Amino acid sequence: MTRKVVQPTWSYHLEHRWLPAEAELVSVVSDSERDRRHRTWAVWRLIGLRLAQAVFVLWAAITVTFVAVHLMPGDTVSLLLGENRNDEVLRASTISRWGLDQPIWLQYLIYLRRIPSGDLGTSYTLRKPVGELIGELMAPTFQLAATALVCAILIGFLIAYATTGRTPLLRSIVNTLELVFLSAPPFWIGIVLLAVFSFKLGWFSVIDYTSWESLVLPVAAIALPMGFYLAQVLRDGIDRALEQPFSLTARTRGLTWGQVRSHHALRHAALPAISLIGLIAGGLLGGAVITETVFARPGLGQIAVSGVQVKDIPLILGIALVTTFAYVVASTAADLVGILLDPRLRAGQKA
Amino acid sequence: MATTDVESATVPAARVRSRAARWASWRWSVVLAGLLLGLAVVAAVWPSLLTPIDPLRADPLQSNLPPSAQHWAGTDLQGRDLLARIVYGARYSLVIGLGAVLVSVLVGTVLGLLAGAGPSWLDQLISRAIDILCAFPSVLLALVFIAFTGPGVPNLILALGLGGIPSFARVVRSQVFVARTSGYAEQARTYAVPAWRIVLRHVLPNALGPLPILATLGLGGAIVGSSGLSFLGLGPQPPAAEWGLMLSDSRNYLRVAWWTGVFPGVALTAVVISATVVGRWLQRRYERRF
Repeated sequence: MTRKVVQPTWSYHLEHRWLPAEAELVSVVSDSERDRRHRTWAVWRLIGLRLAQAVFVLWAAITVTFVAVHLMPGDTVSLLLGENRNDEVLRASTISRWGLDQPIWLQYLIYLRRIPSGDLGTSYTLRKPVGELIGELMAPTFQLAATALVCAILIGFLIAYATTGRTPLLRSIVNTLELVFLSAPPFWIGIVLLAVFSFKLGWFSVIDYTSWESLVLPVAAIALPMGFYLAQVLRDGIDRALEQPFSLTARTRGLTWGQVRSHHALRHAALPAISLIGLIAGGLLGGAVITETVFARPGLGQIAVSGVQVKDIPLILGIALVTTFAYVVASTAADLVGILLDPRLRAGQKA
Repeated sequence: MATTDVESATVPAARVRSRAARWASWRWSVVLAGLLLGLAVVAAVWPSLLTPIDPLRADPLQSNLPPSAQHWAGTDLQGRDLLARIVYGARYSLVIGLGAVLVSVLVGTVLGLLAGAGPSWLDQLISRAIDILCAFPSVLLALVFIAFTGPGVPNLILALGLGGIPSFARVVRSQVFVARTSGYAEQARTYAVPAWRIVLRHVLPNALGPLPILATLGLGGAIVGSSGLSFLGLGPQPPAAEWGLMLSDSRNYLRVAWWTGVFPGVALTAVVISATVVGRWLQRRYERRF
């Protein structure tokens, strides 16, 4: 009954997992005291490895942006200043801030010190520190992303629970919907929702972006495809768990299929779902860019797109670093939760 | 709850029949998907075969007309025929999508081969670099790339191709590991065939097996990505007939002309679903070989 999970086409980075390879190496189960201590140590080792990996990736991301800026042909100061390249005062302050008159290795060290302290440079088009700009526009984007995440999780669990019952018709309908939602570009889903529910039916106005009403359609545009993706992974897990002997045992104890699914199978399916939720949550800030543009909502997406169009390099790098940071934090957190929750990993058994 | 008896959960016969039924329903969807992809290819190669209308000819008197016998999909704000624009738009999507996948496949294969067959320090280096590439969400990676290089079709192809490299590199690397330790590679070694020759003649061809499947599956993603970036105005520039660009134009007139926002998206989704269905079918056939 197990089947291949279809990757959504909109984000192929989701398929790359960073599960510590060591998870497979720990395989002995025994009850003696020494082994138990060994297993606790193995779990801490896993956690430590995962954290080290996260730090490494963040460092690498900062380094990549530094290299990218310096690999660009032409004068680095002009690249950073854009249209203001002839302003002598700005030029001098940029040179001192980036240490551009210093040898390259010292510039790198200055950059490494500057970025984690939140100093992301100055946007020349908006004439404001990038950190401040991101801080201001983070709130609406975060509101959208967080609401969408909660809705996606609810949708995912509901669909998975509903379709793992023995209802072939429902299942084939959901299969088709799934294919459509995972293949259609998310911004087009937004446009169709807008045309139908806002303009045709007039249910949700999107004009006043501070009202909850305007949040409904953008949230749906993000949460529907993600919910279906999550449901797919969950359902795969539930199906597999229902084929295990323990499901039959639970049935013979008098539980209904519904109870087996909610009490036993869902727990088994939740683990892969948790790490997927982490990846989805991490990608949401970056993914909200296009949805915000469709609905003309203020947020990180708005300044990101205008920043790319006018080549505002400090702004783009700032947004890239912040969203990468969010991505790494969310996926790391999900993996840690997975390690702590999974009794098989905790016991040092092969998962 | 349709059935509550325990038996039905474990009787294999029912499962076999349902699998056969699913296989049958798969086949006609695969045929349909193949036909749709074929249609898209015809539209990309020879669009005038499908529509006699010029996609760029504007007519202000025919602005925002609803679908009719004359304009099957209606017209846009400038009075251009929407169906003609959709037909001509297939070229952009297919060229950008195929180009991006090609970039991912080529770079991914080279990196995967070097990592899998090269010395272990090189493997470490490449694997870590791939990990870093994965740390950037793909939309963002493309945005940053275009911020540095500027908008346009070639940059769009490179930006999207960059995001697809990790999956191909990882698959090739693991396939190379399998092929390298296989019996035929072992035998070639006992015949004192030089290592580079073993890699090129025996390991590489065997490692490339799953790539066409992955590429077909990746094509859909690349097309969605390209339309998304064009939607943001970072791809082909107006008045080009590109699906993402058409959707972006439609946004301000949805209230009066819903068709401008729906039909290009339908075409886009149909092509992506077709690529996914065909890719999954290829994958199934490939897995059944073993």
